[in-house]
Amino acid sequence: MEADLRKLLLTMNHCPGAANPSNPLVPFGAFDTLHFARFVILDDATLGDLSVFGPDAEFPDAPIYLAFLGDCDGPADLLLADFADRAGDGLRKIFAYCVGFDPHGDLLHWMRRHSVKPAVSYVNCIGRTVRQIREEEELHEALANYLASYLAGRQVPDQAKVERREIHSALIRAFGEIGPRLTPPAPTPLGWHIRRLLYILAAAAAVLVVALPVLVLSAGAALLVYCAVLFMIGAAAAVFLLHLRRQETTAPDLQSPPKPPSDDHLLALGTLQDHDVTNQYTALGSFRPGSFPRWTTTVIWWLVNVATPILYPCGNLGRIKTIHFARWVFLDGKRRGMFASNYDGSAEGYMDDFVNKVSFGLNLTFGQGVGFPRTRFLLFEGAELEQDFKNTQRRHTLPTEVWYKAYPGLTLVDIARNTRIRQGLERETMTDSEIRQWLSEI
Amino acid sequence: MAQPVSEHQDIQAIMRSGFGRLDEAAFLLLRITDVDRAKSWLAAIAEAPGAGRLPYRVTHAADLGSHQTRALQVAFTAPGLKKLRLPDMLFRDGTTHAFPREFRFGMAGEGLDPEGRSRRLGDVGANAPSNWEWGGAEAKTPDALVMLYAEAGGLSDFQQMVMADLAPGCDVFRALDTAPPSDNAKQRREPFGFVDGIGQPEIDWQANRTPGTLGDLEYGNLIAPGEFLLGYENEYGLYTERPLLDPGQDPSNILSPAPDDPGRRDLARNGCYIVFRDLEQDVAGFWDFVRRNSPDDEGVSLAEAMVGRRLATGDPLITVTQADIRGIGPDAEDIRQNGFTYEADPEGLSCPFGAHIRRSNPRSADLPGGRQGLVSRLLRTLGLQQRGARDDLISSSRFHRVIRRGRRYDGVSRGIRFICLNANIARQFEFIQNAWIVNAKFNAMDHEADPLLGNRLPFPADHFTDSFSLPQAIGPNRRVAGLPQFVTVRGGGYFFLPSLRALRFFAR
Repeated sequence: MEADLRKLLLTMNHCPGAANPSNPLVPFGAFDTLHFARFVILDDATLGDLSVFGPDAEFPDAPIYLAFLGDCDGPADLLLADFADRAGDGLRKIFAYCVGFDPHGDLLHWMRRHSVKPAVSYVNCIGRTVRQIREEEELHEALANYLASYLAGRQVPDQAKVERREIHSALIRAFGEIGPRLTPPAPTPLGWHIRRLLYILAAAAAVLVVALPVLVLSAGAALLVYCAVLFMIGAAAAVFLLHLRRQETTAPDLQSPPKPPSDDHLLALGTLQDHDVTNQYTALGSFRPGSFPRWTTTVIWWLVNVATPILYPCGNLGRIKTIHFARWVFLDGKRRGMFASNYDGSAEGYMDDFVNKVSFGLNLTFGQGVGFPRTRFLLFEGAELEQDFKNTQRRHTLPTEVWYKAYPGLTLVDIARNTRIRQGLERETMTDSEIRQWLSEI
Repeated sequence: MAQPVSEHQDIQAIMRSGFGRLDEAAFLLLRITDVDRAKSWLAAIAEAPGAGRLPYRVTHAADLGSHQTRALQVAFTAPGLKKLRLPDMLFRDGTTHAFPREFRFGMAGEGLDPEGRSRRLGDVGANAPSNWEWGGAEAKTPDALVMLYAEAGGLSDFQQMVMADLAPGCDVFRALDTAPPSDNAKQRREPFGFVDGIGQPEIDWQANRTPGTLGDLEYGNLIAPGEFLLGYENEYGLYTERPLLDPGQDPSNILSPAPDDPGRRDLARNGCYIVFRDLEQDVAGFWDFVRRNSPDDEGVSLAEAMVGRRLATGDPLITVTQADIRGIGPDAEDIRQNGFTYEADPEGLSCPFGAHIRRSNPRSADLPGGRQGLVSRLLRTLGLQQRGARDDLISSSRFHRVIRRGRRYDGVSRGIRFICLNANIARQFEFIQNAWIVNAKFNAMDHEADPLLGNRLPFPADHFTDSFSLPQAIGPNRRVAGLPQFVTVRGGGYFFLPSLRALRFFAR
């Protein structure tokens, strides 16, 4: 069954690793709110690693999932309905390989029932739509052409402020006369405003709770309360850290260095890579057995999910500026977890960023995974152990059979630059150095 | 505490020297035809106990203290090492004590290149391994590389002698010649005319520096020995994965114990990997193109912008302001040529972002902005403080350095036999080539690859990569369009450069 499904999925590609946008099964290109999509079979070849924890920890009957992932503008449910509507036949053919799928039943209902909410969703720039990305790229090309023909045959002396302003105005005029026409940005959905308000209220409530003893009690009593609370927090932290350290030093999967992946596995991954400036990444693994790893990960993933849109609303996740979308998903009652992302550049560069720029983040979010390199206090070592980490993550990477990107050839840096170019057209008053900077980007 | 390098008599000399005084060089590509006879020759050149004697031997780093009139170095491909009957486990996948995958499969990757190594290296189109004169296909892949160097006039006799000695065990299926330096011997120039070999990393032989400390928040040129020599700590303070043996596989105790795993014998210690690429240069095409696009000065300024250095002197286009970069100087010429980083040129007005030397070593540090301010450092580490559109796009260069030992050739065609040394081919040579040289999106640029090395093929589909942009003070970039391919890959391979001990082990 699995082999047949893989064969079917491969018919959706125009070359290995790149989906044909108008393939007859699911013509991704027809869905204009869809940024990225993939079909990937979650077949975990690393389940055997669990055996070091004893027979109780083993998971021989772990299901093999077919995952259908999409990153889209607006509510996911709307797109799902659209898929059921316009790609129903193809999806039925694909899902026919799934246990319990009724090819004559209600497809949308079935998809909704099987949709899994990620524990963490990361979006590089919240609110940036596919349409905006495409239109701004078109705009950039048009402006580059205007600029080239404007400059052709004109001698523009250096440091000529007047000329720079003139070029700026000429480009604005050309844009107004010839286009391209841009769709005005859609208003931020009401839900987002409400959520933002809730965040602010929650933060205010937290501040209030912290300040409460000072407000209602005498100075001495307040101090006492703070000491007591600090003591309790300290005690809880000490218990947590003791537990953590014991696990970090004694977990049976840490007793030998991680195994490198096999050649065949790397070949399967490599074939699918580097057909565009962006690549896909899907990884699957098990958590260490017991409640401690699961609870630790649950809390950390929850915090990450709450904090990332606030700390990193647009452009970067920590120091990483190459991730378009990413998601962390619990599977099988938190026995296993999946990570999927779309990133610019090659795998070696992605790993370089992981190891050199955000190793602490990798340790926090994946440190409880079976075979993850030994961490120290869940922040240090781990992903800093370069080759151990690379071996681990490659062993857990799955070949993503079908992968679609709505804007081939564009990186996040391109997309952000195009937005700045549009913004420069919409601003009549820019300083001279801003105009200079703006012109240099066209 | 990191280990200093002391066993110079065990390290092939090319690690320390490009044999600059030996003007002549030839590189022999060998096919082993009789394993036992090949082994006797190896035993003799490695001066293994009981071996026959020859009037020459492998030059090691300790020899460099005295005057050498000639030098010989030897390295092997994975098929070559298999022929020498090394244990099978060294070529097996899924184990940490074997040769790494890149080396086992070679520069052209697996047959038909399904894995895409060529795609990542830019070896497609005219550069594709199927067009190579050597390397790539199994039938064209050598088993070993013998590198011969001699003083002017001395190479021919030396080469004949070595080839005669090799003949019983090896077939020389290609002898790659090189051209002696054309002008004064101190400055080696590549065929386009630029001074070559500037800007090498400085190996921290004494292990004075601890990598990963605050000092690495600034760019440094002093690099841990383990980045180039296997069996020493690398820039992560770790030992690079490498072939190790069980003591039972080395019954005569030829090899030394692995410093990080004393129960095993270190086959790789004091050795490294050589990346060898024959790069043919279209010298007339290059100068025609730059002259056409920059007629006022015979193309010199455009050529210099593409390279990032002055044609006459090799000095950088950036004004040298930093005399205190670790691992640069005290030699005045070194400071003049390398005492700079690109922090001084954030807009690329002095040296274009796409210039060859700004791509091949961006001189980036671990954290842009350096050490200044504890709070700022924390914010930058967490990605909460951005310093403009180009901030923090480039990896820290200390993890991606190579030592270059290439020589030019000049015959029916001209070019450079690019040779570089590194300990981790994937993280060093391949990363530099993929993420920095051929990447059309490097450092926020678009539509351009390395102005010298780019293959000019669109990627992906209709996204062209054949332009070169020069930032201008006025504002709009000057974009030179339609760059033809100036450099074509004609052959190449990954070789293992063994220590003298390992060579004796191979010869047993």
